[in-house]
Amino acid sequence: MTTIDVGILPVPHEEAPRQESYLNIAYTVKSWALTTDHKRIGVMFLFATSFMLALGGAFALLLRIEHLTPGMTIMDAYTYNRMFTMHGIVMVWLFMIPSIPSAFGNFFVPIMIGAKDVAFPRLNLLSFYIYLVGALWVIVALWMGGVDTGWTFYTPYSAHSPSAVVPAVLGIFILGWSTIVTGINLIVTTHTMRAKGVGWFKMPLFVWTTYGVSIIQTLATPVLALSLCVVGLDHWFDWGLFDAARGGDPVLYQHLFWFYSHPAVYIMILPAMGVISEVVCTFSHKNIASYKAIVYSTLGIAFVGFTTWGHHMFVAGMSVFDADIFGITSMLVAIFSAIKVFTWTLTMRKGSIVLRTPLLYFFAFLFLFVFGGMTGVAVATQALDVHWTDTYFVVAHFHFIMVGGTLTAWLAALHYWFPKMTGRMYPERAGYVGATLVFAGFFMTFFPQFLLGNAGMPRRYYYYDPVFQPLHVVSTVGSWILGFAFIWTLGYLIVACFNGPRAGNNPWDSRSYEWYTTSPPPKHNFVEEPHFVLDPYDYTVPAEKMHA
Amino acid sequence: MNNLLRGWLNLPPQASTYAQDVDLLHYFVITSTMLGSVFVFLLAVYYVFRYRQRAPRATTPRVKTSAPLEFLIIGGLQTLFLGFWVVGASMYNHMQTPPSDAMPIYVTAKQWMWKFSYPDGRASMDVLTVPVNRPVKLIMTSRDVIHSFYVPAFRMKHDVVPGRYYTAWFQANTPGVYDVECAEYCGVSHSRMLGKVQVLTQDDYTHWLEGHPVPTAEGLIGATATSGGDLAKTGRAVAARRGCFNCHTIDGQPHIGPSWAGLYDSYVKVDGGRVVYADEAYLTRSMMDPQADVVLGYKPVMPTYRGILQEPEVAALVEFIRSIQTQPFPPSVTLPRVEPLGSGQPQEPKP
Amino acid sequence: MPEHVAEQFEDIGKQAHAARLAMWIFVGSEALFFSGLFALYAAYRCEHPWGFGVGVEDNTVAWGSINTLILVVSSYVLTLAVRALRHDKPRASALLIGVTMLLGMAFAFIKVGEWLHHFGDGLYPGGWGHFYEEPGHGDPGTKMFFTLYYCMTGLHEVHIVVGLLVLGFLLYKVLRRQIGSWAPHPLEVGAIYWHFVDMVWLFLWPLFYLMPGAVGR
Repeated sequence: MTTIDVGILPVPHEEAPRQESYLNIAYTVKSWALTTDHKRIGVMFLFATSFMLALGGAFALLLRIEHLTPGMTIMDAYTYNRMFTMHGIVMVWLFMIPSIPSAFGNFFVPIMIGAKDVAFPRLNLLSFYIYLVGALWVIVALWMGGVDTGWTFYTPYSAHSPSAVVPAVLGIFILGWSTIVTGINLIVTTHTMRAKGVGWFKMPLFVWTTYGVSIIQTLATPVLALSLCVVGLDHWFDWGLFDAARGGDPVLYQHLFWFYSHPAVYIMILPAMGVISEVVCTFSHKNIASYKAIVYSTLGIAFVGFTTWGHHMFVAGMSVFDADIFGITSMLVAIFSAIKVFTWTLTMRKGSIVLRTPLLYFFAFLFLFVFGGMTGVAVATQALDVHWTDTYFVVAHFHFIMVGGTLTAWLAALHYWFPKMTGRMYPERAGYVGATLVFAGFFMTFFPQFLLGNAGMPRRYYYYDPVFQPLHVVSTVGSWILGFAFIWTLGYLIVACFNGPRAGNNPWDSRSYEWYTTSPPPKHNFVEEPHFVLDPYDYTVPAEKMHA
Repeated sequence: MNNLLRGWLNLPPQASTYAQDVDLLHYFVITSTMLGSVFVFLLAVYYVFRYRQRAPRATTPRVKTSAPLEFLIIGGLQTLFLGFWVVGASMYNHMQTPPSDAMPIYVTAKQWMWKFSYPDGRASMDVLTVPVNRPVKLIMTSRDVIHSFYVPAFRMKHDVVPGRYYTAWFQANTPGVYDVECAEYCGVSHSRMLGKVQVLTQDDYTHWLEGHPVPTAEGLIGATATSGGDLAKTGRAVAARRGCFNCHTIDGQPHIGPSWAGLYDSYVKVDGGRVVYADEAYLTRSMMDPQADVVLGYKPVMPTYRGILQEPEVAALVEFIRSIQTQPFPPSVTLPRVEPLGSGQPQEPKP
Repeated sequence: MPEHVAEQFEDIGKQAHAARLAMWIFVGSEALFFSGLFALYAAYRCEHPWGFGVGVEDNTVAWGSINTLILVVSSYVLTLAVRALRHDKPRASALLIGVTMLLGMAFAFIKVGEWLHHFGDGLYPGGWGHFYEEPGHGDPGTKMFFTLYYCMTGLHEVHIVVGLLVLGFLLYKVLRRQIGSWAPHPLEVGAIYWHFVDMVWLFLWPLFYLMPGAVGR
């Protein structure tokens, strides 16, 4: 009986034939700039968003250096206020929102459903160029001195701020269109392009979360586009749509803005959760503890997430009745994330666990996301939020989720899918060091900020009471460790792109569908028409059965 | 125990009546959620060891999680979270509802300072002086952008919005000086928009009311300027100057507009059938948005005073209307009653 | 080049289905784009019922209603164009698309005419202009009404222009026989967009031309 090579072992260098893949099929700039291949578009998004992560991260490091002393350290108040705003804008819209869906979603969703490409490949390329144009306008705003309103652009300040408000909101408006187009593309792809045999309840969970995110993106982003459009009109033409003297209501802006921005935070975390589902099952070599629980909790987050926006406005002047409603809906949305956390943890039971770098990132995610999520339940408790809102407690809370949650999952994805995307393996020990440094650096940076918030330090403060200095110093040193961890990780990954040992088709012995094809995949994703015999989480049989 | 946890969590002193309740809820929420997180994490670590891969390429059983276990976990957690809501919402309700005997103080926020107007007519900047053990309500508005009045030691915070008057309250329980911070980004000097709340003992407060500076632990602060006389008396002068008495009486007789006598703290029937409670919010809204709640039986002819009345004038008018709540002025002349609304046609307001 | 099956689809039917699904989702997102402004209108109307009434009275009901009729007829004509294309009558279809476009242009011109007339009265968005200094016009609600009027009809006008460009492009494709009865879905998809733009106007019309003001809530 001939043994089937399921591609788990690395390919010895001298034996590696030059197999044709999406990477080497053409090398010209034009073949990348005008590509309609979803994999190449995903890679371009990955590079663009990584650059933005570095830009936003540089701002963060500078802000933290400023906070080494209570007064001026390296910049004045004008610069500080612009820098924290640009940090928020770049991180939220230029990195966090597109990071997983537009890069990994684009690359892997068609493969995971056995399709040749997305439903609208040219539209996919267009969404990348729209992203670049939006990013360009944000850079223009930066070059013109930046904006200082905070990433939330609250009126009436944003209507009168002496800063580059209009280019910034124009850039974000345009970026919104990239998000919407990608969302429509992925929804239609999931509905219409699943291969025979890939039913809704038989596809990898990453596809489900990308689908859920695409629904939220498509519905919520237009409301943001509109709110920022109005801020732009108010700033440029002084139309006073939120000016009390002309019949307006400044608090109404907050309702419009948060109606989008609360679902936006779910846009930022759901794809990360999809990655985690894949990583946990692969490295535990085990089926997900409850497929339906993950699916229904994804849909639950997507829909209930639209009803909670008022919890950002508990002290903004709403009635007690309204606040109570938002308090309940916020408690209802929390349970869906808890369901996922329990499902992932229980998945490991009776598994066969291998602790590789992606799973190490899962552990970082588990601890940090749960910690951050529990503080989310805490701030959703109205009476407590009166003290915490607009303080460093909230800043710590959302960084635990965004960085401790989404960013660790992004790093997990980067490592998990590195062999599939590049055909090479990264160095495992370097990965362990990187993951440990990321976790330690992150915790040291942000845990003290909970204590700062408890003590009453408000956010967006340039100057602070000197009694807070020790905690700030600890936080800044943590940021240096975190910054170094990123540079370390970027370093070995780039080296591995060129020098890493060649990986087989399925180095992790996974059952998910992207591992049925070669590493890297060919231009049309599969050499032959794919036939997925097993469900994506069936580890009851050895990997040979995938190709029976 | 309270102080131990307060220390560990780096919380400020509990200087208001509801601060300790807030902190107790805080301890409960944080402890239960942290215990839950630690449990999940330890379980995961246990599984990594217990179920580590023993043979390469080993297969695993397909495990279906028991439905009763799932429901137990989900049900238990949701009950806990909703429990947080029940306590938190009722506490929030208490924190947002000033007691009826609370002493009003008018707050105007402006880039980048706080101005306070007291009922006795005096005003101060950046230092709020209040007596201990008396409920105080702050009626707040902004001159420019949104600010937020935050006293960490009281666990109290409320946004201050231009064109609107919002009320927040506290009752300080310990004499001392506490920080006030602006908690809504408002421009370049946002982090310098600081103030102090000076909580005085009853004796010291009486002393202060008589105009003597009061020694505090941080030295003499909050020397105040008086605007000369009773805020309510000032309010009467404002009403005369601004033409309010063209339509409103203070002796109970309805005229073009309803009388101010007995108005404060009463229930008013408005056009459309609703009944509204006449508190400071109603009074200030009536000055800023007169068409919002027109009293039943009156024509909608009142013009808006937004941008016309200065904030101290609004404060003074409110104080004046409060002062004639139970003791209206005697009528000096009997006024003709204007015909109540008949066909419901909107009328032109007088300029 | 005539519309053909793209390589990621199995057949033209699947491609058409995907295109229609995509347009419906897009229309959904556009509806949400407008919904923010409708929400502002609703909130501000509750706060300023009398001032809004003044604004409604100042708008000319006749022009607003003529515009409504124009758009409704144009949508009907467009459905006839789609039907003609499905039944392999490209010349009739092209003619009907042309009529739709003429009606759309008429709408656009009337709208701009109304704005220019308002400018003539000194009525600008943002509460600017001498109109608001006249007696009876100074209520903040009236200022907000007109600011919203310019915003919402302006945004709608942008969609009309985009719709005209889309129809023009589809007309070109029909004339060049690039789409036809074997692949009518591009025209169907364009028609969905035009009908959506029509629907939005059906909500703008009563809010800005028909609903009288009120006193109190």
